[in-house]
Amino acid sequence: MSWLTPQVTAIIIAMLQALAVLLGAVLLGAVLTVVERRLLGLWQDRYGPNRVGPFGSLQLIADMLKIFFKEDWIPPFADRTLFVLAPAIAMASLLLSFIVIPITPNLYVADLHIGLLFFLAMAGINVYAVLFGGWSSGNKYALIGAMRASAQTLSYEVFMGLALMGVVAITGSFNMRDIVNAQEGFWFVIPQFFGFCTFLIAGIAVTHRHPFDQPEAEQELADGYHIEYSSMKFGMFFIGEYVGMVLISALIVTLFFGGWHGPWLPPIVWFALKTGFFLMLFILLRASLPRPRYDRVMSFGWKVCLPLTLINLLITGAVILLVAPE
Amino acid sequence: MSVATPPPDTPTTRHDAVVEALKRRFGEQGVREQATLTGWPVLWVAREALTEVLGFLRDKSQAFEMLYDLSAIDERLRSHRRDLPDADFTVFYHLMSLSRNRDVILKVALGETDLSLPSVASIYPNANWYEREVWDMFGITFEGHPHLTRILMPPTWNGHPLRKDHHARATEFDPYTLTVVGQDKEQQALKFDPEHWGMRRKHDDSEFMFLNLGPNHPSAHGAFRIVLQLDGEEIIDCVPDIGYHHRGAEKMAERQSWHSFIPYTDRIDYTGGVMNNLPYVLAVEKLAGIQVTERAATIRVMLAEMFRITSHLLFLGTYLQDLGAMTPVFFTFTDRQKGYEVIEAITGFRMHPAWYRIGGVAHDLPRGWEKLVQGFLDWMPKRLREYERAMMENAIVRERTRHVAAHTTTEALAWGITGPNLRATGFDFDLRKQRPYSGYENFDFEIPVGSNGDAFDRGQLRIDEMRQSLRIIQQCVDHMPAGDYKADHPLTTPPPRERMLQHIETLITHFLQVSWGPVLKPNESLQMIEATKGINGYYLTSDGNTMSYRTRIRTPSFPHLQHIPALMRGGFVPDLIAHLGSIDFVMADVDR
Repeated sequence: MSWLTPQVTAIIIAMLQALAVLLGAVLLGAVLTVVERRLLGLWQDRYGPNRVGPFGSLQLIADMLKIFFKEDWIPPFADRTLFVLAPAIAMASLLLSFIVIPITPNLYVADLHIGLLFFLAMAGINVYAVLFGGWSSGNKYALIGAMRASAQTLSYEVFMGLALMGVVAITGSFNMRDIVNAQEGFWFVIPQFFGFCTFLIAGIAVTHRHPFDQPEAEQELADGYHIEYSSMKFGMFFIGEYVGMVLISALIVTLFFGGWHGPWLPPIVWFALKTGFFLMLFILLRASLPRPRYDRVMSFGWKVCLPLTLINLLITGAVILLVAPE
Repeated sequence: MSVATPPPDTPTTRHDAVVEALKRRFGEQGVREQATLTGWPVLWVAREALTEVLGFLRDKSQAFEMLYDLSAIDERLRSHRRDLPDADFTVFYHLMSLSRNRDVILKVALGETDLSLPSVASIYPNANWYEREVWDMFGITFEGHPHLTRILMPPTWNGHPLRKDHHARATEFDPYTLTVVGQDKEQQALKFDPEHWGMRRKHDDSEFMFLNLGPNHPSAHGAFRIVLQLDGEEIIDCVPDIGYHHRGAEKMAERQSWHSFIPYTDRIDYTGGVMNNLPYVLAVEKLAGIQVTERAATIRVMLAEMFRITSHLLFLGTYLQDLGAMTPVFFTFTDRQKGYEVIEAITGFRMHPAWYRIGGVAHDLPRGWEKLVQGFLDWMPKRLREYERAMMENAIVRERTRHVAAHTTTEALAWGITGPNLRATGFDFDLRKQRPYSGYENFDFEIPVGSNGDAFDRGQLRIDEMRQSLRIIQQCVDHMPAGDYKADHPLTTPPPRERMLQHIETLITHFLQVSWGPVLKPNESLQMIEATKGINGYYLTSDGNTMSYRTRIRTPSFPHLQHIPALMRGGFVPDLIAHLGSIDFVMADVDR
């Protein structure tokens, strides 16, 4: 076994880890579609899907079989290239973001120095999925949805980045592992509470989750930008949304809730528990809130969240300078 | 308790005031009175004087603020027309003065060769759709109408369905075929043409988007289409397009016996159940001269209020869902189910029991009904409070609905808005108080009113109305009169079965009424009630037959939809959705 040098082993392990994270993220996204329906059922005084398998556990398989065998229809009036490209971007950009998230001290894909910036870049690319999807569908509802999505994502990304700068300033690094390690025993949610709030809001908006789901508002746009999509192309948008939810939850945990840190339990369990909590929060928000009007969402972003993040950043900067004025 | 009597106060003196004023102004020849059972003066006026008469009545001194109804009658086959002016077609205008609580019905006689009238859309804006409907159904033209096109029938339809020479049954036509060419033609006819409606496609350098919302859209509440002219998300103008749910209920009434038409009424406002039977059977009972027993009247009130609650619960759930809250609808449907369990135990059916009968109700209340109803009455109040706390006090709900699609009382009256949507503007007019029927005068309840006339008030008001309905039902439970559930009258249909088995006379009547149907004396009668969505009225014309000669069904949702463009210009798409949710309409109630 002369070829199995430590270097090769490391590469294989890294590849396996990357594969595990990738599959884990997609699978979690898929499982979440069912978990969400069950939880919504619980909160809405009804059962939710409970017919396939014990407690509806096999519902996911039934759904996947169904969606795989649906006719993959591209409308004749659609712009084919962009139409096909859009769901791929939706899925890929979010999945790629996972590589910067350290799940445990040993389980991670890439230890990038610019981890946080990488995520912001990917989130920026994600808006093209919606834009392309809406534009290429040749449908007016899709177009309005895409228009809303672009405006909303752009405005919310402005302060999403700013909301995280407090964390970066305290840690002095964009590297996610450094950020997690800096939180040992002292989670950033305490000094960066406003940063956390605004990031959570921006995260919901960027993933188009209720109550910021104006781009696909069913009651208004009848599904918005992905109205013309069917079969697995729709599936990719659909799972993409849940992958986005997992991503934002994982990021919140990493940046504000100490990542894998926690007593007694192994790191991966802590990470999973914390992420699970925020996933539940996403679903609970959907179950409980009505949808604000689109222009109010925009003005809320610009007039409330943006100033709040700026003030937060100023204060954080001032405090850091006071405490460690070197 | 009298059901068949016309509205309160002394009608003769009050009616005379209007009639005399008209006679003073237009001369004895100008207005000709017709004796009917409608309870209001029915006056024939000349076509030439119509606009002037309507203008005079609209005027402050007479204060007929609302054109309640406008439709026509094909008189050509009517045999009992003694003392009436010669007419092949009659167009009638039902005016309401809500401030003085009095009505007047004007009729205009038209000859077959000259079916044309001046349009009154400039006097009463809501005449627009009614005149289109009359043109669609009878082929009577209205000069000066802004857009006289078909409204309920497809644009490609041949003939005018409510004319007596138009077939009623599909089997009387040639078999229906649809070729590819024919399908293309039909689809082409549905395509929206902005120029046709006097809309511009461009403004300066920006192009407007024309968005076709419906007839299949999650928030259209049925097969309703509304074409929006959009600048970004701002609605510049919109054109509602109705008729996709038209089933020809008025035509069907002309070939169903008085008795067998009852199930059709259930399906007019399909969330209203027996509430729809009420105006119909009350109008028939006026024609037949039946006084129902106190017990029957009270049972009717109780069931009607049960259906008001189930209808309002459906409204509340969908209204909040249209605002993006996905959960409340499941809770309101749970409550609604509890209501239906009571309704089912009493009537045997859920949504469309067709349970009222000419002269009473189908059967007596089942044993143990009090306990069932009481269970529902005890369940509801805390739930209503919960909806208020979770939703109506929610900041997002308030932001989405406050000052959205708000209108004033004056505007509401001009557009024919009735029911909760009118009361949301702060105008206290409820037929159960103002013109009690079926014994509502014996109940102790309040009429909730709003203040801003916006989408929020329309929602909150219905929660308050449910509380009042619960109060009424509680009084029904506490004071249900003893007695028979059917009137002792030869025209009660079907006659009491117990006696039918003993008496040969009753047996014969039973046989005739079930096989042919009861024969009602020639006359005209009218009953308006405060239905779930506003004022619902049946205007029946009998020609001394087993079937109605003309049944006019005036529904509240029709004018409510007509009002949308006037309200929504300058609003945003989400505001339109909020408004659609707050109107509380069902398309069956619009298209009939």
